[in-house]
Amino acid sequence: MDGYEALGRVLTRMTPDEVIQVVKDSGLRGRGGGGFPTGQKWLFARQSPGDVKYVCCNADEGDPGAFMDRSVLEGDPHVVLEAMTIAGYAIGAHQGYIYVRAEYPIAIHRLQVAIKQAREYGFLGEDIFGTGFAFDIELRLGSGAFVCGEETALMTSIEGHRGEPRPRPPFPAVKGLFGVPTILNNVETWANIPRIILNGADWFAGMGTERSKGTKVFCLVGKINNTGLVEIPMGTTLREIVEDIGGGIPNGKKFKAAQTGGPSGGCIPASLIDTPIDYDNLIAIGSMMGSGGLIVMDEDTCMVDIAKFFLEFTVDESCGKCTPCREELCYYIKANSLCALGQSAPNPVLSTLHYFRDEYEAHCIEKRCPAGVCKRLVHYVIEEDKCKGCTACARACPVNAISGEVRKPHQIDTRKCIKCGACMETCRFNAIVKR
Amino acid sequence: MAKRKTVVPFHGTAEQEKALRELIAAHKQQQGALMPVLQGAQELYGYLPIEVQTIIAEELNLPLAEVYGVVTFYAQFTLNPRGRYNIGVCMGTACYVKGAGEVLERIQKRLGIEPGGTTPDGRFSLEATRCIGACGLAPVMTINEEVYGRLTPDEVDKILDKYL
Repeated sequence: MDGYEALGRVLTRMTPDEVIQVVKDSGLRGRGGGGFPTGQKWLFARQSPGDVKYVCCNADEGDPGAFMDRSVLEGDPHVVLEAMTIAGYAIGAHQGYIYVRAEYPIAIHRLQVAIKQAREYGFLGEDIFGTGFAFDIELRLGSGAFVCGEETALMTSIEGHRGEPRPRPPFPAVKGLFGVPTILNNVETWANIPRIILNGADWFAGMGTERSKGTKVFCLVGKINNTGLVEIPMGTTLREIVEDIGGGIPNGKKFKAAQTGGPSGGCIPASLIDTPIDYDNLIAIGSMMGSGGLIVMDEDTCMVDIAKFFLEFTVDESCGKCTPCREELCYYIKANSLCALGQSAPNPVLSTLHYFRDEYEAHCIEKRCPAGVCKRLVHYVIEEDKCKGCTACARACPVNAISGEVRKPHQIDTRKCIKCGACMETCRFNAIVKR
Repeated sequence: MAKRKTVVPFHGTAEQEKALRELIAAHKQQQGALMPVLQGAQELYGYLPIEVQTIIAEELNLPLAEVYGVVTFYAQFTLNPRGRYNIGVCMGTACYVKGAGEVLERIQKRLGIEPGGTTPDGRFSLEATRCIGACGLAPVMTINEEVYGRLTPDEVDKILDKYL
């Protein structure tokens, strides 16, 4: 819709300072995780001295359980090209880079096609709209490293090195890609820019909460009836998202938690389901906005297992450059790591430990997994009142761990049991449960 | 991710090497050429054996250690040839909470290989991948370019049958 109209307006009727003022006034904050005010970022880069500057797009959408950016890249790649060109004009850059993850082959293909089309139509290249302004965009692919979604690591990767983060300051606006002033925004942030230019800062700032303006796209997935992308005004409560839009939890199960912010975020428990979702509220309750993944978990999800899952993820993806990440100390990591991946790595543990302490205690003290997920802790138990004593389970058990007289409740010897589950599958009375 | 060095002997052809040298020449002037060159080289050879890395290091005038350092940093670069059918089981959060672990376990049992491994006949290789962004279809696996969604362990068996 209105393709490149915003770019036309910017190049023919606005000064770079006016463009930056509109973005600042809109209150737009980075949609990739950090939530830094976008206009402010642009202003810093504009004020940094230098003849060569770069505009980068972070399309390395690595948070598991999130595909907002993929859908923008596949559905409307031109909006990203248009927005980057607008930013190039605003900060005085003539070259842009899009860093897209290799896991998105369709997005890569459509970006290649879109860049070619934009060059053919004169929306990229020399003398855009006959104004003398030149801007071009190059595509760079990731190769499967989560840390490259962090801004300084992404730039190091484009430069052709191991994608390790760099200390800040100097910030990218001063010394970024190839050592020159650079701005980097993620796909969803870019997608907001042309709309803000066309509809005005007030239109955008009229939506959302006091400190989080506009709308945010969430990827609603996991144990939820309606899965997919939802775009909602900032400040919508988690309950509205889960119950009204998501249609609740399948199979009449209970909502246990929602995980936001990817491996850097945390788990929001049912007791906080009425929290209005915005940048600051999520941080206040120990999670974060992240790029917008929202994974719903029900009573069958083990929170200790989830924390372990994310820890394995961050351990695997940690680049190992700085000491705090190599020393596994939650609070120390938060305080001393160079980049956000390290700083936020302990969040899944800290937030689940805070809200689901009882589950940790059940694992550690009672050696039991309440959700029945952690195999080493699961016990199969026969419920006496349901057992008819039909002996089917005892015959199915490969290790003879089940004993009992005919027509009387049977028992499982947990020391012999190998937890294969054969008894539970055999029982016609649902008398065998995992605990 | 830890990477094991290959034990498979190198069988690169003269045509492949010619294509590799052309690829390098095309990127040589570019800033940060190493990544695009490695990505192209992996497409040519299917993996990045040390012989290929050596050519790249020489042509781009980089220490081999730096090339090797980059190759081992990124999960998608592989030092081993993959199977004819490369199976990727998505281990994103949405897939994980919807049972991707059981899907992976079933494939491991069926093919007798761990993630990162290849069957002795070279037919299948298996990987636990990062989120591929198909969360609405969780749990998801890919076999080469094909995507399979809303999986159960039993369905996995049926799908694998098609590739045997």
